Amino acid sequence: MDRYRVIFAGAVITAVFAFFVLAFIPQRQLSSVVPMDALKPYTPSQLAGRGVYISEGCVFCHSQQVRNSSFGSDSLRGWGRASYPEDYRYDRPHLLGTMRTGPDLTNIAVRQSSRAWHLTHLYQPRAVVGGSLMPSYRYLFAIKPGAEPGDEVVTLPPDFAPAQGVVVAKPAARELVDYLLSLNRNYPRADMRTVPAGAEH
Amino acid sequence: MTAAPVIVYEDSPPADVALADRVAADTSTKAPVLLFYHSAVIWLLVGSVAGLMAALKFNLPDWLTGSAPLTFGRLRTVHLNAVTYGWSSMALIGTAIWLIPRLVRAPLFAPRIAMAAAWGWNLFMILGLSAVLAGWSDGLEWLEIPLPIDAIVALSGGLMALSVLITVARRRTQHFYVSVWYILASMVWLPIIFVTANLPLFVGVGQAAVNWWFGHNALGLWITPMSLALPYYFIPKILGRPIHSYNLSLVGFWALAFFYSLNGHHHLIGGPFPQWVITTSVTASVMMVIPVAATAVNFHYTMIGRFDTLRWSPTLRFMVIGAMIYTLVSLQGSIEALRSFNRVVHFTQYTVGHAHLGLYGFASFILFGAYYFIMPRLVNWEWPSGNLIRWHFWLALTGITIYFGSLSIAGWLQGQAMLDASRPFMESVELTKPYLWARSVGGTLMLAAHFIFAWHYWRMVRRRGAARSEPAWSDRRSYYTMPKPQQEPGA
Repeated sequence: MDRYRVIFAGAVITAVFAFFVLAFIPQRQLSSVVPMDALKPYTPSQLAGRGVYISEGCVFCHSQQVRNSSFGSDSLRGWGRASYPEDYRYDRPHLLGTMRTGPDLTNIAVRQSSRAWHLTHLYQPRAVVGGSLMPSYRYLFAIKPGAEPGDEVVTLPPDFAPAQGVVVAKPAARELVDYLLSLNRNYPRADMRTVPAGAEH
Repeated sequence: MTAAPVIVYEDSPPADVALADRVAADTSTKAPVLLFYHSAVIWLLVGSVAGLMAALKFNLPDWLTGSAPLTFGRLRTVHLNAVTYGWSSMALIGTAIWLIPRLVRAPLFAPRIAMAAAWGWNLFMILGLSAVLAGWSDGLEWLEIPLPIDAIVALSGGLMALSVLITVARRRTQHFYVSVWYILASMVWLPIIFVTANLPLFVGVGQAAVNWWFGHNALGLWITPMSLALPYYFIPKILGRPIHSYNLSLVGFWALAFFYSLNGHHHLIGGPFPQWVITTSVTASVMMVIPVAATAVNFHYTMIGRFDTLRWSPTLRFMVIGAMIYTLVSLQGSIEALRSFNRVVHFTQYTVGHAHLGLYGFASFILFGAYYFIMPRLVNWEWPSGNLIRWHFWLALTGITIYFGSLSIAGWLQGQAMLDASRPFMESVELTKPYLWARSVGGTLMLAAHFIFAWHYWRMVRRRGAARSEPAWSDRRSYYTMPKPQQEPGA
């Protein structure tokens, strides 16, 4: 056979084969996974906050996957039980992440349920976590002379507070916190027959 | 397309015919190659500046936090996309377009199609990076640029592939040189991985699967095989000596095609994912030793006894170092995929160091080498300054060494700290800080190298400096004692 066709066909076959093995078959296998009742779809506000999480690239420093206890100390750190495919049924795009410059956020709402803490932390991470490398997201906040009805005012230690006025969360910051406070996948996981055997750790 | 009379050469043609063919080939590719090359240099600068800014944000987390486009998450994305799809991909396509007509002894089919592809690709880059800066992202690593803008690059890539595939179909050689194998296959692979990755079938962890099927294959089935085509051409070409073993190069090709395509899910090790798929990728990652060893042995035995040529040929210096780094980074990747090693480094800076050793130490070095060879032939002007090339080389090499070294240590320490639940998480952050400063130093040197390179490139295109008929490093005495190139590989 002509070499041109050999290369062409070889390239197509290897790529299509790998696509089936790595992407298509797993997707089919996982499509039978049913989410637990405890996992709720995102509310519109949480979904908008998820959009902020994506826009600002939070995924580049924070994972959302708790590894099995044979694979690290995630659970011992109090990050929750190991993650399973059904925990992600409402996630599109997925935000599993590949980096832990900051801690895993799968269950951040369990570890830190204070709305005020999250707002302060987003405005100035070093106000609550000394030595943090996280950027300040102060552009998601506005400084006003005084709070108006319906405003969420950020509580700040004196060192980090503006000289005058108050720091108020813009809608994007409020939605982002709504999303972070929805991150609770620590409900008990019943043994589910629909989970393929391969997904067991 | 007009039916040109097809003459298939059985053997090497007479010298005058070979020369006429080469002139015809180079004439047909000049405009598109220059357009791809100019664009790539600009994206290199854009990507490097964004990269250094992102790196400095680890050192100075309160620096430039006042506006959304300058936040870390967006600058990092601009960096990755600019250097991968702007610099590396456009420079690789330019080089491939230059190589293919020479290797198949046929002028480039419809150079205007290739020109259109280059303009389309630039439009994709401009719109894509603007979207990312504005906060519009698909949110998937390596696929951040939004889907509607992706359509532009799909079209441009299709046009570019068409131009190359038809050129090869109109070849006048019987023999397919190994570089042609790699380039042809890459031109087929890129559209397949890109289109399948964007199919709207996937959700949740299934989407993570297709994400890393693409993410790793952007390297494995695109950047890597395209880059490997280059030393296979330039090393024999400049040495005037055939590649050591043609059969070995084919073993390398097919093993890469089969194993590299299956590597992606080592990025999901430890994740909530069917273990059989991850094990498949771990196995395939380890099997990559075969194509890597085949390629390394082949290059080494082609070079053996001629390593002194690195003193007088900038192309060989960049390219041979790049090929050596390919061996190192690939073997490192195989080890990194092992579960026992991966559990330490998976979520750490170690991976970032590895990625830079691959895309910079390997792919970019090889591309710099190609620029130093091809540009004088395109603009009919020698590089104005031998010293600027030396500065470029040493700053780039020192920079990547510091970068890779510091992040490898940082990542290992970070991983060890994270595995130990008795150590607070913040300890894993504090440990890395001095090394993140060192990384920024390395990055600064690399950025300086790129500005020197771009400045030199600009002077060359503008034909600055004295007219010379000898290469930039002809002041090296050994140049005159070296045997001159005798024959073109594959011809």
